[in-house]
Parts: sequence; C-alpha cells; structure tokens
Amino acid sequence: MSEHIVQKPTYFAIFGVLIVGTVLTYIFALVDLDRIFTGANTLVALTIAFAKATCVVLWFMHVKYSSRLIGLFVVSSILWLIILFAFTMSDYLTRR
Amino acid sequence: MSAHSEHAVHHPGLQHQFDNMEQQREAGAIGMWAFLVQEVMFFGGLFMAYLLYRSKYPMAFAAGSNHLDVVMGAVNTVVLIVSSLTMALAVYYSQLGNRKALCGFIVLTMIFGSVFLGVKAIEYNDKFQHNLIPFEIGGLQFKWNEMQWHEAKNRGEKIPAEVEAYLKQHEAHGAADSADVAHTEEGAHHLDKNYKLPIYSNGKDGDKELIEKHATATEKELYFKDPTIWGKKVQLFYWIYFAMTGLHALHMIVGLGIMAWLLWTAWKGRYGPEYHSPVEISGLYWHFVDIVWIFLFPLLYLLGRHFGAH
Repeated sequence: MSEHIVQKPTYFAIFGVLIVGTVLTYIFALVDLDRIFTGANTLVALTIAFAKATCVVLWFMHVKYSSRLIGLFVVSSILWLIILFAFTMSDYLTRR
Repeated sequence: MSAHSEHAVHHPGLQHQFDNMEQQREAGAIGMWAFLVQEVMFFGGLFMAYLLYRSKYPMAFAAGSNHLDVVMGAVNTVVLIVSSLTMALAVYYSQLGNRKALCGFIVLTMIFGSVFLGVKAIEYNDKFQHNLIPFEIGGLQFKWNEMQWHEAKNRGEKIPAEVEAYLKQHEAHGAADSADVAHTEEGAHHLDKNYKLPIYSNGKDGDKELIEKHATATEKELYFKDPTIWGKKVQLFYWIYFAMTGLHALHMIVGLGIMAWLLWTAWKGRYGPEYHSPVEISGLYWHFVDIVWIFLFPLLYLLGRHFGAH
C-alpha cells in the first residue's frame, strides 16, 4: 500500500502549532498595531489564520503526502476566491 | 484483471470502474476536494459581504464585534482544533485497522462538535436576550442605542433624565405592537440625535476620537448626523454574524450526521488498512469546517479590541 501514514507525534506537533496560533491571534488583537499602519491588526490576524489553515490542509488533510493533482484543487479554490474578492471590490471601490 | 496481482479476487470494496484500490482512493479524495472547492466559494460569498461592509463601516463593525463574547469564541476555536486532532487520529487508526480506537476517536470528535454547537446556542441566546438580532423576530426589535444606555446604567453611570424616562417607559415592552413601534422609533430617533452614547463595550470616553480617527467618511457623517442609521450598520454586522456562524453551524450539524453514519459503519468493521476512504474523506469535510471557523473567529470576534489599548 503506497499510502503514507502520518505519525502521531506529527499530529500532536501540528495541534500545538494551532493552539499557539490561536493564543497569538488573541494577544495581538488586544495590542494596537494600527499605529504602525492602518489595517496592521487585520493583516496580522489574517496571516496567523492563513498559517493555521495551511497547517490543517498540509498535515491534517494529508495534502503534503498527496498527489500534485490534489494540490492543484486546493490552490484553485483560493484562486477563485481571490477573483471574487478582487473584481467585486474593484467595482465598489471605483464608484463615485 | 491486473497481471501483477497476487490475489485471485480483488478487494471487495473495489468498484468495477477502477483498476486498483489506490486509484479508487485517489478518485474519492479528488471528488471530496472538488466539493470542498465549491464550499470555499459557498462561504466565499458571505466573506465577500463581510469584506465589503466592513470596509464601508469599520467602526460600526467594531462596535458590534465588541459585544460578542470573545471568551466563548476562543473556547469554540480551541474545541474545534481539538476535534480536528481527534478526527485526524481516527483516520490514523483506520489506516492501522484498529476498529476500537477508530470508533473511540469518532465518538470524541462528535463530542467536541456537540460542545461547539452548545456554546453557539448559548451565544445566540445571549444575543437574543440583548436584542442584538439581525431582523425583527416575534416582536423583538434590534435596539442598539437603547441597549447601550441600559448597559451604561448597569455600570452605575449617570444617564440623562430624559433617557431615564424613555428607558422606564419601554421597560415593560418586550414585544412591540404596530402602534407602539412608530412611537418607539420616534423616541429612539430623538434620543439618538440628542444624546451621544459610548459605543464600545469598555464604555470609555474618547469614542468620538476613535470615530474621528478610524471611521470612513460616510460613517463619520452617519454617526454624527444620523446615529439611528449608524445603529442600523451595527445591525448589518449582526446580520453577517448570524448568517456566517449560522451557515457554519449548519455545516457542523451535517458533519455530526456524517460522523454518526461513519461510527455505525466503522463499528460494523467495514474499514481496514486496505479500505478506509470514507473515514479519510469524512475527515476532509470536518477539517474544512474547522478551517472556516479559524477564519471566522478573528474576523468576527476580534475587531476593534485594541481600542483603548496602547
């Protein structure tokens, strides 16, 4: 059987990373980072969320050990989402 | 028949359209991923609404967000992360063919999923108690400013006499009948125009400065000239909150249903090292629901929490 079995220590390590990420998100939300530039708080929150999601996708959902075709499906979902956001916002942001 | 096969008969789980179990497993996973890509767009529509209206009314959104219970939100985040771990371990034990451990971890996953839904139910109930509802239900109306004054009173702050009188008058009214609504709206509008409220849950002064500093031009105008309408933007936040977390909770309920089916089939011994695709792809669904919440938590619960911090 060619299926890769992820070992338990890996799962627990990723779990630890996710918990740490949650704590960090909470802590950073209480600190005023918008002094640095507007939207800094949001950027930090989204970066941490994206990192957490990547950990779940790669290890919990086994994408790291899957074929490139599955990786393509994962990436394409983000692509279509970006198209949705970019084109809709470009409409609203260019309205007078 | 594959020439290199050692067995006379193929695995009973192998469907006729596939050459071997490996191909079947891959196809199953791709099918589930195709569904998850669609789900990303499904939630994506609501995220788009959030993105748009938050960029238009950031301070109204921050005000609404401040009234969500961040502790419960954080607890729910941790609960879901733990459930993702137990789900991953369920898949692990299905790969090893350990039926008892597989079933045990499915049960644990379901328990954590149920805890999540329980906490959400408590949160929703709390919102209803405070009239922080997306639209009128059973006579209950969204009352941003009135609720704020009640909270100020509970904090022991001194509130203007006219506001006090207005609050007393409407104390008995849980539901509003049609004649009352017009009067209530008129009264509320009068209040909003003449008395400025602390809009953030820390109730500090300096809210006006925050508005001056952070609000968009449209929002500033609304806040100072037509605060009732500004209050409606806070209601918009609650619309999005209930829509997004409601859709997510619906996915959780479906997930619990899937887990129940999985538990049943796993208990009957259907899964082993050669065939455990349903466990794997149920896991994919569960992890996806977790990922959605990982984004929902900071975007809904942690807005504007840094106001008042240094």
